[in-house]
Amino acid sequence: MINPDSVGRTFKGVEEVTVTQSQIDAFATVIGETDTSVAPPTFSIRISLSQYESILTQPEIGVDWTRLVHGDQKFEIFRPIVAGDVFTCSATIETLRVAAGNEIVSVRSDLHNGAELVVTSWSTLVVRR
Amino acid sequence: MVNVGGAPMIEVGMTLPEKVFYIDRALLKAYADASGDQNPIHQNEEFALSVGLPNVISHGMLTMALAGKYVTEWAGGSANVREFSARFIKPVVVPAGEKVDLTVVATVSEVDGSTVKLDITATSAGVKVLGMAKAVVVK
Repeated sequence: MINPDSVGRTFKGVEEVTVTQSQIDAFATVIGETDTSVAPPTFSIRISLSQYESILTQPEIGVDWTRLVHGDQKFEIFRPIVAGDVFTCSATIETLRVAAGNEIVSVRSDLHNGAELVVTSWSTLVVRR
Repeated sequence: MVNVGGAPMIEVGMTLPEKVFYIDRALLKAYADASGDQNPIHQNEEFALSVGLPNVISHGMLTMALAGKYVTEWAGGSANVREFSARFIKPVVVPAGEKVDLTVVATVSEVDGSTVKLDITATSAGVKVLGMAKAVVVK
């Protein structure tokens, strides 16, 4: 079970994440995008999901990553991500509810390059019973 | 109505051209490597069956990334996408040795100056796989 005390809390990612051109190129290639001057709009999930995994699976929060299903996803992109961006990442647990025995957790990810907020995204993650 | 520059007017209700993407196991592997999402349900059939899935399924985020490619192509590049959202309502099942379709189409739902809101429909084998899929682009 997810610890209900974690709702409303913001967790900082441990390390800064640097975006490289080869990461953008690899992501773009999969979807057939040839312009790699900026990252595709969903590229930031690469950063956010791994941050969520390291944060939400901590024993004090208690998400079982092996039971996880992605319910929905939203991105708000203030400017496109480019190679050389160095992000500090935070994850905020916005809501937690239980439906049909599944735990449904809504998390927000904020990616800052220095003081600049570049992408905010929201994920609904379902931890299956 | 004034039609500057010869481009078609963007109007609410306008439907954009449909595009078909194809997803196979090789693409799932490539997306897993590019995204870092190595969940075995997207690559290992035995594992997928063991957790009650009908077969290997696509990453929801790969489906969304392809729908995103559809949007950026129309919007004139990735830099023009401001908001993008979707629900993953049905899995895209990807059997070994097959290429399954992801068919994407969108309708203009709002126009405010240069900002255009799109309602996106994505289906695979005739089944709707994304729900409430929307994008806001600057064009």
